[in-house]
Amino acid sequence: MHQRIRVVIAKPGLDGHDRGAKVIARALRDAGMEVIYTGLRQTPEQIVSAALQEDADVIGLSILSGAHMHICPRVVELLKEKGLSGVLVVVGGIIPDSDVPKLNAIGIEGIFQPGTPMQTIVEFINRHARARVAADS
Amino acid sequence: MGAPTDAVHAKRVVERLYTSESIADVDYTRDLGDPGQFPYTRGIHASGYRGKPWTMRQFAGFGTPEETNERYRQLLKEGGTGLSVAFDLPTLMGRDPDHELALGEVGKCGVNVASLADMEVLFDGIDLGAITTSMTINGPASIILAMYVVAAEQRGTDVRALSGTIQNDILKEFIAQKEFIYPPRPSMRLVTDVFAFCAEHMPRWNTISVSGYHIREAGATAAQELAFTLRDGIEYVQYGIDAGLDVDAFAPRISFFFNSHSDFFEELAKFRAARRIWARVMRDRFKAKSPRSWQLRFHTQTAGVSLTAQQPYNNVVRTALQAMAAVLGGTQSLHTNALDEALALPTAEAATLALRTQQIIAEETGITDVVDPLGGSYYVEALTTALEKEALEYFANIDAMGGMVPAIERGYPQREIAESAYRSQKAIETGEQVIVGVNRFTADGETPISTLYIDEEAQNRQLARLEDVRRRRDAGRVRTALDALEAGAMNGTNTMPLLLEAVRAYATLGEMCDSLRKVWGEYVEDAII
Repeated sequence: MHQRIRVVIAKPGLDGHDRGAKVIARALRDAGMEVIYTGLRQTPEQIVSAALQEDADVIGLSILSGAHMHICPRVVELLKEKGLSGVLVVVGGIIPDSDVPKLNAIGIEGIFQPGTPMQTIVEFINRHARARVAADS
Repeated sequence: MGAPTDAVHAKRVVERLYTSESIADVDYTRDLGDPGQFPYTRGIHASGYRGKPWTMRQFAGFGTPEETNERYRQLLKEGGTGLSVAFDLPTLMGRDPDHELALGEVGKCGVNVASLADMEVLFDGIDLGAITTSMTINGPASIILAMYVVAAEQRGTDVRALSGTIQNDILKEFIAQKEFIYPPRPSMRLVTDVFAFCAEHMPRWNTISVSGYHIREAGATAAQELAFTLRDGIEYVQYGIDAGLDVDAFAPRISFFFNSHSDFFEELAKFRAARRIWARVMRDRFKAKSPRSWQLRFHTQTAGVSLTAQQPYNNVVRTALQAMAAVLGGTQSLHTNALDEALALPTAEAATLALRTQQIIAEETGITDVVDPLGGSYYVEALTTALEKEALEYFANIDAMGGMVPAIERGYPQREIAESAYRSQKAIETGEQVIVGVNRFTADGETPISTLYIDEEAQNRQLARLEDVRRRRDAGRVRTALDALEAGAMNGTNTMPLLLEAVRAYATLGEMCDSLRKVWGEYVEDAII
């Protein structure tokens, strides 16, 4: 039971470039959300387990290494297995245009490529996660 | 436009006009000196670029060693004058391509090198005695250096003649780039092992490239980049001395690596300030006697973080201006980013254009005719002094914490940088800081440019070679070498000779790192936001 949107920000894979993840974490917090940052090098299993424990409404993945087509489908699959299909998954980083439809196909609509303003991400999450929070409380 | 107030200038007001009064405190002999004279503010060489132009060193690496070898040959054919190896994330993290964490990452951000067999292919047909090579790797730096040395030995190249740089700067990994393996203190031991080994066996090799580049990319201001980088340099010198080395035996092989960002004058002043600070630190704080210990030599890369995905051709212009600042600041070598690097690793065409940018500056602009052409400018000298002062304030804070290792352990530089990164992003979003094509002069319906796509084939080929290496090598010799490495890590012997033997036995990168992980453990940082 919670009023505020709860977001797990995660850095999967080996990539250590955490500037974006940290900036977004702060922006979401400043926008009134509760943010849990997992730190670096989390496996999809660890990320989904964090989402479960934290009762997260949203998982934000930051991936700059090119491994997104391995990581994102795995996270979505694990969420389904755990009965957490309602968790909104968004991804930010170096995502080539050609991969956007493939990510859409597995249900990821929030894809934030280089240069996306923080405000766009805040608004997207507010729009798509509020229903879940309302249903929950 | 009014005075900038974004994070880059958080503490410093830019005046409308600078005059002789702005630099009344600057004494020519004490603070500037002619080029080639202490404190080297105006450059370390009396002849500037007339004597020797900067090295045009383009950072490159992707996919398999075969593909990267082909790109190196192309860059050398197009007039590049040095090589610079970009490794993929599994290599940087000391994992073999068959490790579970390597899944989907092999060859994506750089070239994969898992054993000596890969190093042999990477430099196939390139004379290691005739070129200089920079290798950007830190956690497993000494292992990769050992592979390079053995690859040279195999071809009969004199190891003493090898020239180049191993980045080997683990402190900035903890601060900014986060590609660390072991905790800070044993990591520092590996660094000083390289200092000691090279002082004896590789006199022309730069044993470390103390890097501000990644600190800046992570969000630091120019002053923070300058301060944290040089304070890291101080930490390395102190550790070297504490390990029993004579300062003048290893300090001349310490090199630096800076970012060149978009604020033109601030950047070129930063390079000048860096030389002055380092000269004074080495002479006065560490009592180094050799002028070569006092002289700060550096590589520069234009700011990757300044590249935009929107209107990517604008990046050519940004990069050219940043490169000019680096040249006016007296860089020893330079990498210019390619226009497509906000989106992917560069295509061959984009990489060539980036190199041409340097060639135009060197051959057409006349900038190289005069040493330190902006020396004496009221603004440039005032800015150089201001940056020096800001850096020294940070030094005092870090010294009070007991040095950079304790400062890192308590998250101090990490927090300072995260704060600047957030302020800078907010300044962009409010429009206070203008980024052409992003928050002003935007365009709809841009035509996408074609980019390099790394497929999964690299992973398959690397897995096949790894399997082949494991099948063909002498397993007993590998075991003995790895056991010796583990014992050496425990008892304090220099690890370099032990790594050389393990490399010769075709032990893999992951196996060597695992031996050290067994002794030292792995570092996990606190997640700070």
